[in-house]
Amino acid sequence: MSDAFLELHGVTLRYGRSIAVDALDLSVGAGELVALLGPSGCGKTTTMRAVAGLLKPTSGQIRIGGQDVTRVPPNKRDVGLMFQSYALFPHLSVFENVAFGLRLRRLGEAEIAERAAAALASVGLAGTEGRLPRELSGGQQQRVALARALVVRPRLLLLDEPLSNLDARLRLEMRTEIARLQRELGLPMIYVTHDQVEALALAHRIIVMRGGRIEQDGAPAEIYERPRNAFVARFVGFETILPATSLPGAPRGATAAFGWRPHHVQVGAGPYEGRVLGASYLGEAVEYLIESDFGPIKAEAPADLPRHGPGDPVRFDLPLSRAVALEAEPAPGGA
Amino acid sequence: MTMRPWAIAALVAVLLFLLGPFLIIVGAGLSAGETLTFPPEGLSLRWVWAVLQVDTLRHAFAISFSLAVLSTLGALALGIPAAYALERLDPPGAGAIRALVTAPLVVPGIVVGLALLRYFVIPLGIGIRPALLMSHTALLVPYTVRVVAASLRNLRVDIEEAAILLGASPLTAFVSVVMPNIRNGIVAAFILSFITSFNQVPVSLFLAGPGVSTLPIEMLARIDFTYDPSIAALSALLALLSIAIVFVAERLLGLSRYV
Repeated sequence: MSDAFLELHGVTLRYGRSIAVDALDLSVGAGELVALLGPSGCGKTTTMRAVAGLLKPTSGQIRIGGQDVTRVPPNKRDVGLMFQSYALFPHLSVFENVAFGLRLRRLGEAEIAERAAAALASVGLAGTEGRLPRELSGGQQQRVALARALVVRPRLLLLDEPLSNLDARLRLEMRTEIARLQRELGLPMIYVTHDQVEALALAHRIIVMRGGRIEQDGAPAEIYERPRNAFVARFVGFETILPATSLPGAPRGATAAFGWRPHHVQVGAGPYEGRVLGASYLGEAVEYLIESDFGPIKAEAPADLPRHGPGDPVRFDLPLSRAVALEAEPAPGGA
Repeated sequence: MTMRPWAIAALVAVLLFLLGPFLIIVGAGLSAGETLTFPPEGLSLRWVWAVLQVDTLRHAFAISFSLAVLSTLGALALGIPAAYALERLDPPGAGAIRALVTAPLVVPGIVVGLALLRYFVIPLGIGIRPALLMSHTALLVPYTVRVVAASLRNLRVDIEEAAILLGASPLTAFVSVVMPNIRNGIVAAFILSFITSFNQVPVSLFLAGPGVSTLPIEMLARIDFTYDPSIAALSALLALLSIAIVFVAERLLGLSRYV
């Protein structure tokens, strides 16, 4: 990417003999919101902390706005971070939490008051200035953390699982809020999450990580519809993944495996035979777990079709026309 | 909830056990009689006034007090950074360092005092006052490290990181974010250190010398040749002083605000 704002070149982080991040190349464009998606231990948080400067890469280079910041300490990087735990200063009022970064910049009292008030208002928290963090709800603390990170106008904002401590309704609200602020400020953001729904809903681009490496880097629709390999496919909901060799009549070549989402599997008719292990009614649909020669298959059928109960023999099909073709996975990272 | 009679009896017994000696000392110190007895032979403040007139005790008090203040400050100056390093910076051999820092708590004071005198103070020709100050500081460091480390362990690391990412230097982050949140630990370490130094006998016994003696040692010496209630009166005054220190520290520094 030529207009990359943040660039990582061959960034590696090692702890003793284990590798947390393995020769990672990554870029974030100006005004772009990139999600780092992956299970815990995939290296996404480590990568983010290296960008913030809280961890030093064993090797590699980090550039922000064209400047090499690999050796720049975190307090000089001008990078904001919103912590999963909010990390508000417990002894300071909401106002002083937000004003903290402004005071360090030695601004005048009037400007501090004005900017802190504006930041709090922009996250809908005007009027809470005098409260202590522990007197606020989780969602409010989250907003204070966001205001505190944004008020100093960082060049780049990092968000570490920002919604994971919120309930479902607040999560949607906050997600919308983050998207709005990102749009209005045009601020590049890296959003670290293990939740594909959050990543799909918010990000302009998703980077799926595993074992300190990038598995796939693409637009949300691309990741969701055309996962490259079995790991990414499983992560975005292709529950049934079978090696190409196990399917009669499947094309060979570059395709190592095929994947189906539960609703892609046709239940009630088809060339294959199995037995229902479990059936769960989900309202719109019924979810089946089918025991078969391929192993357990997860399927979903509209609830208005004839139902099958546990123990019933059932015919099913894995239509190749609906399957996603997957490449072979690279050898697991670590070496 | 009403308490059962046996529970009340147990409570009274424990309180008597804890406070009994103190009450006896106070009682004996307020005696109007000539000898150290309990119950007192009439109540009066004569021995309290009398003991305040004894020059050697006043002199020893001044030494003990300044020694306690200075060695406590020294121990905090050494112990807070040490506790921070042990808890946050994960130095190589942290376990060994922790054990080493705690060692003066385990070794009997008599041994420490003798060793310091024989192998440190005499060979290096160190004066009595600096010797007392250095040895008390060394004795207090374990307390400060332990207490401050415990409160650091209860403080999230990420608030420091948040401060740094907002532009604070590590030192500013420590002073403006860490210190206020471990204040109760620091106050506790201060009180514990001060009282430990003020009451210290075995090490001071070896290091004190002509003209420079600490209050507990002067008191021990005095008991050897006087049997009047002045020592009890002084003990009561010291207990009062300890209570006052805890009270003032709590008021001034808000010990209970975070507890």
